[in-house]
Amino acid sequence: MTTSPALPVTVIRARRTKGLVDWSELWAYRDLVYFLTWRDIKVRYKQTALGAAWAVLQPFLTMVVFSIFFGRLAGIDSGNVPYPVFAYTALVPWTFFANAVTQASNSLVQQESILTKVYFPRVIVPSAAVLAGLVDITVAFSVLVAMMLAFGIVPTVAVMTLPLLVAFAAMTAFAVGLWLSALNVRYRDVRYTLPFIVQVWLFASPVAYPSSLVPEALRPLYGINPMVGVIDGFRWALLGDVEAPGWSFLVSVGVVIALLVGGLAYFRRMERSFADAV
Amino acid sequence: MPSEVSNVALRVDGLGKRYQLGERESYLALRDVLSRGVSASLRRSRRRDRAADSSFWALRDVSFEVPSGEAIAIVGRNGAGKSTLLKILSRITEPTEGQAVVAGRVGALLEVGTGFHPELTGRENVALNGAILGMRRREIQSKFDEIVDFAGVERFVDTPVKRYSSGMRARLAFAVAAFLETDILVVDEVLAVGDAEFQKKCMGKMGDAAHGGRTVLFVSHNMTAVESLCRRAVWLDGGRVVADGPTPDVVGRYLSTSFSALSERTWPDLESAPGTDAVRIRRAAVRPEFGDPSDPIDVRTPVAMEFEYWNLRPGALLNLSLHVYNAQGVMVFNALPYLEKEWQGRPFPRGLYRDTCHIPGDLLNDGTYRVELLVISDSRTIYKQDEVLVFEVRDDPRSRDGWFGAWEGTVRPQLGWETEQLVDSDAAVGEHR
Repeated sequence: MTTSPALPVTVIRARRTKGLVDWSELWAYRDLVYFLTWRDIKVRYKQTALGAAWAVLQPFLTMVVFSIFFGRLAGIDSGNVPYPVFAYTALVPWTFFANAVTQASNSLVQQESILTKVYFPRVIVPSAAVLAGLVDITVAFSVLVAMMLAFGIVPTVAVMTLPLLVAFAAMTAFAVGLWLSALNVRYRDVRYTLPFIVQVWLFASPVAYPSSLVPEALRPLYGINPMVGVIDGFRWALLGDVEAPGWSFLVSVGVVIALLVGGLAYFRRMERSFADAV
Repeated sequence: MPSEVSNVALRVDGLGKRYQLGERESYLALRDVLSRGVSASLRRSRRRDRAADSSFWALRDVSFEVPSGEAIAIVGRNGAGKSTLLKILSRITEPTEGQAVVAGRVGALLEVGTGFHPELTGRENVALNGAILGMRRREIQSKFDEIVDFAGVERFVDTPVKRYSSGMRARLAFAVAAFLETDILVVDEVLAVGDAEFQKKCMGKMGDAAHGGRTVLFVSHNMTAVESLCRRAVWLDGGRVVADGPTPDVVGRYLSTSFSALSERTWPDLESAPGTDAVRIRRAAVRPEFGDPSDPIDVRTPVAMEFEYWNLRPGALLNLSLHVYNAQGVMVFNALPYLEKEWQGRPFPRGLYRDTCHIPGDLLNDGTYRVELLVISDSRTIYKQDEVLVFEVRDDPRSRDGWFGAWEGTVRPQLGWETEQLVDSDAAVGEHR
């Protein structure tokens, strides 16, 4: 070999930052995204007696509890739709979101042994945690289809927007997960605060109740919670009893973009010290 | 050495890494941050003060260049900064100052097997581990059989790794990394894993990598492995480069400073010197029989032990007795001057004497030895001092024929040996049937 092959040259120095995301590097590691996602899916229900049934049982059991307490006892009005279907339609995206945020937030800390031994774009770790949740939502969704058939509910054409809504929910979970996972490396308080955050978020989202309960004037404010848009979107697309997402949805989109950009920047700043701090 | 300046695989330039005390920056509880004052600027200034006095440099001003295709060893004591250097070069952690320019893909083999998930099978873990190390899926698939074959786990590829023995796990992990096609391979202490057979395979593989144009950076405490794999070595101490040059020189210097603590001792003051009213020790030393006294001693080196002592009683009948113990506390031998011709059996006039005991080469195994000195007068031990000398016998790669495991045995003589064929087997069959 007389001529030196054109090898990519990497300069390692303090505070190298190339924008929010190094896309070319991420592209080089695309198989790792696949394998980490696949591992998360594969391992998630290992050594559980019920296995992947948990993907259905989690939202389903919550739906049963909600139907008893909110549907029956509190008598929350679910419009033309039977309360169980009403609640489950919201619980499918919600369970996905809640699990994705939780898994993503703990992902970096759990991968400590790899982070301190091997280099790869760290952002892949929370991404894979969110992506792995997509399998669960697919499984849970099949039960929703069965319920709708049982109750004789026919979705409108708007059902075509569902993949977009799921993608939006995933983006939201990813944006939140970016912040929390990076914070978690520094401040382990995150792990203990997380269940509380998720619980509050559940009640701040129209899962157990319709968003029509919220006064009209407060709707744009309510829309700051991106899950409002996702859940209302789900009900609109599948049950057709909610008006199409409007201004408040745009607020949600704005919030998610801001969260995502901020999250990426924060993550990028923090990832330099992950291996030292984790 | 670097014939073409353009073919530099790695250039390290004034690299430094500062850690907060406690080795790593420990994570904080939110409480600490909240309670740490209200003003961010105040906190920042206080932080800077703290950083100044409670931080240390794990690595400082480290510069060297590695031409592509060269295998280079990093040697040094624990905490010398070797691992920090490798972590920076494999981009796990960022340097605090300076820079490193790397040409090509870096593959790191740091404590193999860290990416393994116990619940996944061997096959699945190979795929996952390969991806973590930066391999493409197709690359992993095309090498899968080789990897499994190399690790010797063919029968268990579909068994969860949690059922593997630790040896199997380590072998599989090494195999994945060994088949990674990177331009620069960074290896940290892999030879600690596996049996002799596997170690030999690992060394072969790393040798192939080095000879096949890949640049290898090798960190190990196993000087035998270092010397046989790398022609050049960089010695780090206290985070700085102490020496950089041909491996035998650097390793020799490294080892001689590391273990020279008790290879020579002198007690110039007669009053406070160890001993009794009858005899006082003046000097004790251990050195290679030939060459410079500071040269390292290896298993083939003939060694001389010298003891200088004052005899304070006229007409005493004196004998020194040396007990030489190995690191396991086994007395390897007891030496007495019975073969000495000049003074043996003669009364000693008062004066200063020197005894020299010669240990032939190819006798001691590698390891640390301590010498206990006894002074015997008229068949009675009149004085005894333990650890009068401590010395290290190094391994010698040339005497090993490719084996890198521990060489068993208290002694390591080179023994004569003959093999003869007594009967041809065909003839034997004909004769005895």
